Amino acid sequence: MNRIANWTMDDLRKDVPGFAPGDTLNVMVRVIEGDKERLQAFQGVCIARKGGGLDETFTVRKMSMGVGVERVFPLHSPRLAKIEVVRRGRVRRAKLNYLRGLTGKKSRIREKTRAVAVPSTDKPE
Amino acid sequence: MTGLIGKKLGMTRVFDDKGNVTPVTVIELGPNQITNIRTVERDGYVATCLGFGQKRDKLVTMPQKGHFKKLGITAPKIQKEFRDMTVDGKKVGDSLSCDVFKVGEKVHVIGTSKGRGFAGVIKRHKFQRQTMTHGTHEFFRHGGSIGSNTFPGRTLPGLRMPGRMGAEQVTVHNLKIVRVDADANLIMIGGAVPGPNNGIVIVRK
Repeated sequence: MNRIANWTMDDLRKDVPGFAPGDTLNVMVRVIEGDKERLQAFQGVCIARKGGGLDETFTVRKMSMGVGVERVFPLHSPRLAKIEVVRRGRVRRAKLNYLRGLTGKKSRIREKTRAVAVPSTDKPE
Repeated sequence: MTGLIGKKLGMTRVFDDKGNVTPVTVIELGPNQITNIRTVERDGYVATCLGFGQKRDKLVTMPQKGHFKKLGITAPKIQKEFRDMTVDGKKVGDSLSCDVFKVGEKVHVIGTSKGRGFAGVIKRHKFQRQTMTHGTHEFFRHGGSIGSNTFPGRTLPGLRMPGRMGAEQVTVHNLKIVRVDADANLIMIGGAVPGPNNGIVIVRK
């Protein structure tokens, strides 16, 4: 696996902020319509990060008009213009699948008050 | 025909600048040493014999040791003969690297598929599962009837039944080369290739 990781090192995005499940993210997605390109925001809670290296993906869940919507993004896709961390949440598990059954007050996530080190996914120099 | 022996390392993905994803297999391809060159004059046909990897000294038999000592190379782990493959300007003992393949070229990959052991007809021959209701019991994944009664009074040969599956040679045609790194002896091929990671594969064009 290491030889593959070494070879694809340069394909990794260098501007990925450190974030973890529970954090609220604002993902700017490049949408191509015909020959025009525009940015579309998708804001919601990161409920999972999966895979490693170039294959890593993350899942963002939001409530849209009362309906839960989840999108899985490849972390290193050039189609993502920007990933912004809006709020850091304190959660006790890595996969927040339990949020799928919860709405309203029950689906709140406590904010992380103390600054806690989030492992950075930036490429080590 | 040109071919090389390599080792499947695993799969990953590559993005193009638009963000489209191509699944790729990374193969450690070469360096392959030329262990023999067959000619029409001497052997009656044209071929090139290649070797890949290094065999532990303990595992090399004495006759092999003598053979490779004469050629001036260390004993390779895998040896294959490529029919109708010519190598211009190279001689026995020289090595070939994966730069014989260029990005965008179509190649065929030969490997040994993963063994599935003794598999039933659903996995092995893509049969349909039988209904889970309507009175079916203990007969959900069976193959059904294997023939008629008095005539012909036997099961016809070639009927698809459970048995050993996988661990056989499989060729995948027309896979595209996505990236080549000759210094690291690595190539990326679009799509999946047969066999497990660390399995031996042959890439040819």
